[in-house]
Amino acid sequence: MADSTAQTPPSGGFDHGSLAAGSGRLKQRRAAEFRLKMYGIIAIGVAAAALVALLGSVVTQASKAVTEHYVVSEITIDPEVIGVTAETPPDEIARAQFGDLTEAMMEAQFPRATGRTAGRELGEIISGGASFELGDRIAAEPGLIGETMTFEFLASDTTDLYLKGEFGALRDAEASGLLTVFEGDDGDLRVSSSSNDFGAALRQVKQHLYEDADSLRTKAARQENAVRVYTERAEKADSEEDRQRQLEKAESARAKQQDLIDEAAALERRAAGASGAEKVDDENISIMIKAGGGWMRLTEVNRATAKAELLTRVSLPIENSDDWTLYTSELPEADRKVTDRQIAWIETLRDQGRIKETLNTRFFTAADSRAPELAGIRGALVGSLLTMLVTFSLAFPIGVLGAIYLEEFAPKNRFTNFIEVNINNLAAVPSIVFGLLGLAVFLNVFGVPRSAPLAGGIVLALMTLPTIIIAARAAIRAVPPSIRDAALGVGASNVQASFHHVLPLAMPGILTGTIIGMAQALGETAPLIMIGMVAFIVEVPGSITDSATVLPVQVFRWSDFPERAFEARTAAAICVLLVFLVLMNLIAIILRRRFERRW
Amino acid sequence: MVFTLFALVLVLAAAAYLASRNRAARVDAAGDAALHSRPSYHGLHSALWVLMAGLGVLVISTVGATWFITSTLMNEIAQARPDAPHIEHQLILSDARAIADGRISSGSDVLREQVADRFAGLDRIRNVVVIALTLGAAILGGALSYLSISPEWRARNRSETVIRAGLLVMAVIAILTTIGIVLSLIFETVRFFNAIDWQLHKFIFGTTWSPLSGVFEGKMDAEKVGALPLFAGTLLITLIAMLVAVPVGLFAAIFLSDFASKTVRSYAKPMLEILAGIPTVVYGFFAAITVAPFLRDTGEAIGIRVASESALAAGIVMGIMIIPFISSLSDDVINSVPQSLRDGSLGLGATKAETIRQVVLPAALPGIVSAVLLAISRAIGETMIVVMAAGQGANLTANPLEAVTTVTVQIVALITGDTEASTAAGPAFTLGFTLFVLTLLMNMAAQRLVARYRERYD
Repeated sequence: MADSTAQTPPSGGFDHGSLAAGSGRLKQRRAAEFRLKMYGIIAIGVAAAALVALLGSVVTQASKAVTEHYVVSEITIDPEVIGVTAETPPDEIARAQFGDLTEAMMEAQFPRATGRTAGRELGEIISGGASFELGDRIAAEPGLIGETMTFEFLASDTTDLYLKGEFGALRDAEASGLLTVFEGDDGDLRVSSSSNDFGAALRQVKQHLYEDADSLRTKAARQENAVRVYTERAEKADSEEDRQRQLEKAESARAKQQDLIDEAAALERRAAGASGAEKVDDENISIMIKAGGGWMRLTEVNRATAKAELLTRVSLPIENSDDWTLYTSELPEADRKVTDRQIAWIETLRDQGRIKETLNTRFFTAADSRAPELAGIRGALVGSLLTMLVTFSLAFPIGVLGAIYLEEFAPKNRFTNFIEVNINNLAAVPSIVFGLLGLAVFLNVFGVPRSAPLAGGIVLALMTLPTIIIAARAAIRAVPPSIRDAALGVGASNVQASFHHVLPLAMPGILTGTIIGMAQALGETAPLIMIGMVAFIVEVPGSITDSATVLPVQVFRWSDFPERAFEARTAAAICVLLVFLVLMNLIAIILRRRFERRW
Repeated sequence: MVFTLFALVLVLAAAAYLASRNRAARVDAAGDAALHSRPSYHGLHSALWVLMAGLGVLVISTVGATWFITSTLMNEIAQARPDAPHIEHQLILSDARAIADGRISSGSDVLREQVADRFAGLDRIRNVVVIALTLGAAILGGALSYLSISPEWRARNRSETVIRAGLLVMAVIAILTTIGIVLSLIFETVRFFNAIDWQLHKFIFGTTWSPLSGVFEGKMDAEKVGALPLFAGTLLITLIAMLVAVPVGLFAAIFLSDFASKTVRSYAKPMLEILAGIPTVVYGFFAAITVAPFLRDTGEAIGIRVASESALAAGIVMGIMIIPFISSLSDDVINSVPQSLRDGSLGLGATKAETIRQVVLPAALPGIVSAVLLAISRAIGETMIVVMAAGQGANLTANPLEAVTTVTVQIVALITGDTEASTAAGPAFTLGFTLFVLTLLMNMAAQRLVARYRERYD
């Protein structure tokens, strides 16, 4: 393609080559042209790359919220535990102690989970909302009390993330020897294999020690900087007292540096130590064994032998068994939210085929929640819809009528001029200022309810008004004067000509502009934050005066939450928002294509 | 209740339309003389009168009655608790209202119960009065225009006058909005400056921003309202954004208007439009979740400490947001340079690049400068990206790798913070006013530039 463009210029029988031959300047000029073109291509490329990166990161994040996991389990609805009977009124049944029942069910599954930490960890496998769902189910069908039923318990956010591979998958270390496990005198389990199956794991553990030592040394190097800064400050200090203080700080930084270096050296010595057993703590990789119907975790590892502790129930002792698997997890336990014990439980449930993955429809049917696995966007969607209704029913008539006045009736004087300048300036006022206006005027003076779609709709209407007026004026101006003249010629009044002839012809253009304005309003966040739409609202709003939130504000709120699982949900909410925006813009484009007339 | 009444007035208007139209048709059919206006205009005239009278009285009586109730009750509360501050009176009133409505109030005592009873009583009277007045006015308006129907009655001209007046009112709403903005901002700004004894220089040049920490009996510590770090932070982020957006946007516009083939343009332009249509909160998410960690990790890899809320991340993403803004505005400007100028230059033997650099760009310069000015005003008013990706602490630095805060971030922090609304409003609205004035000035300058530029070629 480059060739063909290079060959086109010498048209018209003009010999370019001979002119340029002497100087080489033409080459330079051509190069300059090529450079300018390349800059343009690079610029477009940068914009495209940014768009791809943005959409890519959103979609990748959102893909983690597409499905949700359930733990399927049999449960006996014991009236003793929940404290209600089939005769109790349904709303009381729904509020009964199903949490205790669920807890008891899990403990029956994993009887080793005694002690507070283990109990809490076991409780975190299932979402806190699952027992409420069970309650609702039983309230709807009180006959189930006393029966045993199968129920799908919603998995918690950490379980869900683990199952989606967020914390790294377990890697099968492919052990080949025969495994022997027995309980030692000190209570620890002695594990041994007939071949050097733990050798690879041992190497990984040592490797990890080296890495830790490295990062300690990096930290120590940073202390060097602190020492230098404090020493410099001490030199510049005006008073002896200040100098002393800075020197002390420098000294303590140096001591800290030495500590870090010592620690790193100790780790390195451990790692370099020839063939001794190595301790495995929660800062290091996790090594787990599945054998004898349960799970163990290695606490100390050598090439062929190891010490271990139980994670779930294992039938001991195991002698020369070949039915075992060795797993490693690269991410240290301290760095992930799911513990080794929880992994063992989840894997056990998975082996039993009791983990179920389904499409996450809850995301569209549930309202906001502080627990990521229960949170949905229904409330925000309805809030957005109500807000947009208010915005449209205010901005559209006002905008169109105002535009008709300015285009058709306004006399050319300073006042109309002022209105025009005003509208242009209003279009460029930062949106947050409209929020302040709404807060000061509509909330505080007129007493519009806070956080309500009514307040948000009014503010957004004022904000989109200039856009609609400008678009509507352009559309009205595009209608040829002959139409108006013809109407006036057959005796129509000015008002009749405008409303019966010009306006219908301008309508497609006006609607296009309005839809684009509404799309802007739908994505707007800042002014709504000003009028209190950031509140945590669990109810789906029923009317325009109820407290509500809207999609973009929901995105903003969720992005602020520390739970990892909210990241995916935020991205999913963004996707929904973008789908709506794309739809609105598509409608605008279709309107423009189908109805726009060129005269 | 207001909504029901509103709907009721609409129904009445529709009824008036039908009734008057029928009567006019009957008058017409009676055939004494030809009607001046078509029957539907008689209907329209009646409907307009019902609407005007009904809605006008509805608004006036609701606002008036509410004001009357509030001031009466406030007086009573003030008499009952003469030495409590005004703010406590307001609290008592809002609690009493909550009690009367059966909602949750912050406290309950004898006075509150009493006021609640009074409020409930007055509220009932208000409802009756408002309903009676509104419906009365609507019916009266409809009846008068119904009775005046006759062949000579100029219903069309009369309704057209009303419609024209209505159109003017709609156009004036834009002005009212501006006035509302200015008034609401100025009111709080003046209060804020009163609170710091009009030491304006402390606000503009002070370097310590912690306005809520020095509040004492309505006065603020003038030493702690220095907004310079916010201005500097805003400027820094805007500068970074412009460093990204201006070259990319401008080169993209030049390429699209003078080099690109039709096919390339048909893909590149919608792509830029998509970029322009993405809500800012999405850019904010992108900055906070993707760009900022990426910059921090890259910095760590090459041994530079980058704050996780660095000005760089917010600035780059804001720049990406502004690219389409600059490119579409400059594209318009470059395209509106008369073809004769290009032809002249090309005819003299200049290459395309030389034509662009030496003829088109100089001719388009005012327009491009105005586009950049508009982009800057967009950038300093942008809120969500900086709220999500920039810092909170007022940090006076020129290092783009550190966290800075901006005017808009502080407005959001003040308004959504835990501090009492009336205290936080002062500094927040003052910052808002500063923002408003700055963007307004930049817009006017941009419009001036464009206007002057148009004069030269049209």
